[in-house]
Amino acid sequence: MAKFMQPNRPVGIVGYGAYVPRYRLVSQEVSELWTDGNAVSPVREKSVPGLDEDVATMSIEAARNAMRRAVRSSARDESSLAANLGAVWVGSESHPYAVKPTSTIVAEAIGATPYTQAADWQFACKAGTEAMQAAIGFVGSGMTEYALAVGMDAAQGRPGDALEYTAGAGGAAYLLGPAEEALAVIDGSISFVSDTPDFWRRQYEKYPEHAGRFTGEPAYFHHISSATVGLLEAMQLKPADFAFAVFHQPNLKFPLSAGQQLGFHKDQLWPGILVNDIGNTYAGSSMIGLTAVLDQARPGDRILLTSFGSGAGSDSFCLTVTERVVEARKDPNVMTTADYVRRRTQIDYAQYTRLKGNYRLN
Amino acid sequence: MEVARYWRTTQQRYRMEGEICPTCSGKIFPPRDVCPHCQHEAKTPFTFSGRGEIFSYSTIHNAPQGFEKFAPYTVALVRLTEGPLVTAQLTDVDEHDVYIGMPVEMVTRVLREDGERGLLVYGFKFRPAFGVSGSSSQAVAVDVRAPEHAQHEVMIAR
Ligand SMILES: [Zn+2]
Repeated sequence: MAKFMQPNRPVGIVGYGAYVPRYRLVSQEVSELWTDGNAVSPVREKSVPGLDEDVATMSIEAARNAMRRAVRSSARDESSLAANLGAVWVGSESHPYAVKPTSTIVAEAIGATPYTQAADWQFACKAGTEAMQAAIGFVGSGMTEYALAVGMDAAQGRPGDALEYTAGAGGAAYLLGPAEEALAVIDGSISFVSDTPDFWRRQYEKYPEHAGRFTGEPAYFHHISSATVGLLEAMQLKPADFAFAVFHQPNLKFPLSAGQQLGFHKDQLWPGILVNDIGNTYAGSSMIGLTAVLDQARPGDRILLTSFGSGAGSDSFCLTVTERVVEARKDPNVMTTADYVRRRTQIDYAQYTRLKGNYRLN
Repeated sequence: MEVARYWRTTQQRYRMEGEICPTCSGKIFPPRDVCPHCQHEAKTPFTFSGRGEIFSYSTIHNAPQGFEKFAPYTVALVRLTEGPLVTAQLTDVDEHDVYIGMPVEMVTRVLREDGERGLLVYGFKFRPAFGVSGSSSQAVAVDVRAPEHAQHEVMIAR
């Protein structure tokens, strides 16, 4: 029996924000270099961070966007939101430091210090939704008024490895708070995990290892569908009850086939699929899919979000959009997900190598 | 690198926290506790909007120690909307797109790193304000057809 989760007091998303760096590497470049063009990439192109960007700086921009939208949604000013923010949590597998939290840097930058919880989360690609589950509990128990959950990555793939085609950069931030101020209410959620060795990175290793095709059926598909089916059954809902469904997207094929196997139509899936344009943003992947959907959702729309993280597990959420979403989207200085996707500077493999820090100056 | 010196200026570097003068309402950045306009004491914190425009700029090709990997980069004098003039590096922009009067917005980025083992220093930089020409650069049409001789698909579920 699936363990369905709901907080004591209703919780929702009060603000949300996306971030994608401006550089793009077309995957054909990777294929030409390593396989003479023989390999077909699972995505068209991927985003690449600038020399002065990392998970901390990208999380800061996404968090600022979330705070600005929350100002509109809650009708409170930014300093009052920051003062009542009781948790700043960043989920990633590419934190800039091995020891020293990213979350305190983000908390400082958005003015939430010093009286706040701050922590870095780790669970491969579901580190961000893991933080979201905990944030729902933190707000839903009344321990704090608001909690910020970020999923962000600047993913690494070994040169020439399959991951190099897709390992992108970007993610999203969510400010969770009381449902009365929310632009989307969390109706319920589920977490589903097992010890599945599909992907890992040992301490001090720069690049991850993966179990090749084993990453598909027993890992991605099994966890995504188990979590999603468990949630739908617990809530007595069916795919047709949703306006949108967002799944973790390591490539273009997987979220589409997982979604369709579960009974969702392509029209419910497409709006949240960004992987072809920005690559796999790991902990940011499903979370930025959700920002793209919230950018266009209408009040009353029901949204399904299911993440996947290697190792392995899935978090599945059911959300209902409220009329506050209209006001939340009105700040003209906050870039939409589509704005970030369109902000695009194409680079070649040599420039990519420089941005990734693979050329040594000394 | 002197850790304490960087730590003391965290608020001003991360989120442009300056001061506002209780006497003449002048906005002060960087914070200096005395109002440059009326010379009265001014210690009230004030967070700047991070918006402004380029007053002057110059591109650095021979970067000082700690900044080599960023060269060439452009440094600008930015007139903030609230008044003060600040010096900062520009980012997310190509040198030839920069012009005097260009609207810019503040972002927090890596300023420098103290070698591979040392501290990462974060702070404000400016980029073309969203919607300004030069901020989104070229929307190139990409030819993404796979060559006909393509043989295998690269597929890892992460
Ligand atoms: Zn004064």
